[in-house]
Formats: sequence, structure tokens, C-alpha cells
Amino acid sequence: MEKHVVVIYPHPDDESFGAAGTIANFRQQGVPVTYLCGTLGEMGRNMGSPAFANRETLPQIRKEELTNACNVLDIELEMLGYRDKTIEFEDRMEIAKNLKGYLDKIKPSLVITHYPAYAVHPDHNALGAAAIEAVRLMDPENRPTVWAQAISKDFPQDLGEPDVTNDITDTFDKKFEAILAHKSQAMGVLVQHKQKQPEMDDLKEIAKQNLGKERFYIWKY
Amino acid sequence: MKPIEMERVQQTLDELKNKEVYVHLETTNGAYASHFNDKAYNVGAYIRNAKVSFNQAKIVGDGKSYRVGLKMEMGWIYAEGLTDWTMHEGSKLLMAGHDQEGRLMVSLEISETPFSH
Repeated sequence: MEKHVVVIYPHPDDESFGAAGTIANFRQQGVPVTYLCGTLGEMGRNMGSPAFANRETLPQIRKEELTNACNVLDIELEMLGYRDKTIEFEDRMEIAKNLKGYLDKIKPSLVITHYPAYAVHPDHNALGAAAIEAVRLMDPENRPTVWAQAISKDFPQDLGEPDVTNDITDTFDKKFEAILAHKSQAMGVLVQHKQKQPEMDDLKEIAKQNLGKERFYIWKY
Repeated sequence: MKPIEMERVQQTLDELKNKEVYVHLETTNGAYASHFNDKAYNVGAYIRNAKVSFNQAKIVGDGKSYRVGLKMEMGWIYAEGLTDWTMHEGSKLLMAGHDQEGRLMVSLEISETPFSH
């Protein structure tokens, strides 16, 4: 059993869309989970559907949504204070050292982050790379296992089958509740999945098909 | 935000003329555009807290979407596709264009005080 799991993603909602089922499974086992959230998604274009946020109110709204989602998932939250869309332009080593500070304190047995270069959004790729670097900076005997999540369409061709495939059917309701806690974002993202399957009406079913498996690669140092 | 009321926006633009102001200008089709559509291509640009001054300002449109042009001493600021507006914290003029799902596509904001950064 894991001792403590740290999830490192850049945006409020990455945890819910990406790993909420896995997180819920860990919480059911009583494993503490801490989410290190890189930004407040300040530059997101989803403003609610219909729109209720604007560019200036969005950060505060997403902060509240993030807090709500973390309450749904019953996990600890640390906000890192970077700015949406800018992580790749920051000094990677500086971010890695900042992350290492959290890891040294929390001493997780498992870190979940994005797989650099295969995670679509530049912030995902950059924070994933910094998280992997942060673990690399630790003494080998103290390093947690790292699960890296790929998102790009072509990732299985390039990377092979993921090492970890979590079928999250049992915790999907929890995951969907966490997704919906991100009120300004949920519909906009779910509708994009629906556009791939216009024949389906039930957004929850679409989400289950598209997001019902959470897959990770074990990073090899 | 609410649908643009041309006269009220024009009035606010006039009030911001010949002052030192902060501008946020942005356009985006989303970080996942090409992920969800093979034929799409991610495009985006933004500038936040550019300190400028303009001496002419006009909003033009057909009642559905609007263009705004700000004439500076040595150039222009331009935005197209603006559909909605609001005053933020009483004094910041926010204008934006959204698609049918309410997603922001373009944004032009002007304020005498800086935007959060």
C-alpha cells in the first residue's frame, strides 16, 4: 500500500479529468493524497456554459472550484502560484527545486504527473518534466515511484502500452462529481469529447468511455 | 458579461483617451484545438499590462460582433469578434468574444490600473 501520494499537475481540473478515479481509489484505501496544483488556469478559455466568468474573475472562480473538487476527492491542496501558459518559459530547475521542497517535506511513496512531450498542453509537458527532475534530484534511495500520464493521441505507438492501467468504473461517480465541481470548465471540456461522438447524448456516458481508464507509465531513472 | 452596448462602450473608450492605460489583448482557439481536431492548428497570443496611451478610440459593428481600434501615437491596437462587455471592479473595461459554448476567443481589456499578474 502507498504511504502518501502526491499529484503534480498545472491546472485546476487536471486532477479531476486525469486522475480522480485513481485518487479516489487511494483515498478508499486510506492513503493520503496531496495535490500540488501549478496555476489557477488563469488563461483558460472556458468561462462556463453559458459563460458566467470573464478573464479577470476566472482565477478566483477556478480557485474555489479547485477547493471544491479537492473536498469532493478528500485530498490536501497546495497551490504553487505559477501562471497559466507560462510554465515552459520559467527556469525548469527552479521549478524542480521548488517541487523537491514539497516532496522532501511530504515524503510520498508515489508521485503522479504528466509525461513530458506526450501531454498535449505545454504547461503539462513543462511541469511534468520539472516534477520528474525534482524526483531525480532526490537521493535514489528516497525517491518515490513516478507515474507519468500521457495524453497525446499517438502515445501508445511511441511509448508502448502503459505500465499501469486503472479501470476506475468503481470510482467513476466520484470522478464525475469532481469534474462537475469545476463548473466553469466541465461542460466546455465534456462537449469537446461529445463532438467526437455526436450520436451520444449522455455526457456522463461519454465521459465514462473517454475518461473511464486512467493510464500511467512508470518513469525509469 | 453582457452583450455589447455600443454607445456605452464608446463612452467608456472616450473616457480612457489620452491617459496612460494598461491593456490586456488576447486571442486563442484553445490549447487542445489540434488534439480534438486533426485539421485544426493551435493559435494564440496575449499581451498583459501593456502600458499605452491612445488618442482615438472607436467601436464598430453590426449588432452581433464588434471591432475596436485604438490609435496610438505610433501604431494601433485592434481586436475583432468582440461580443460581450462588462465593467470589472467599477473601472476596468472588459470586452470579449465567445463561441456558442461560451468559450473565449478574443479579449480586449483597458484599465487605468494594472490587471492582476
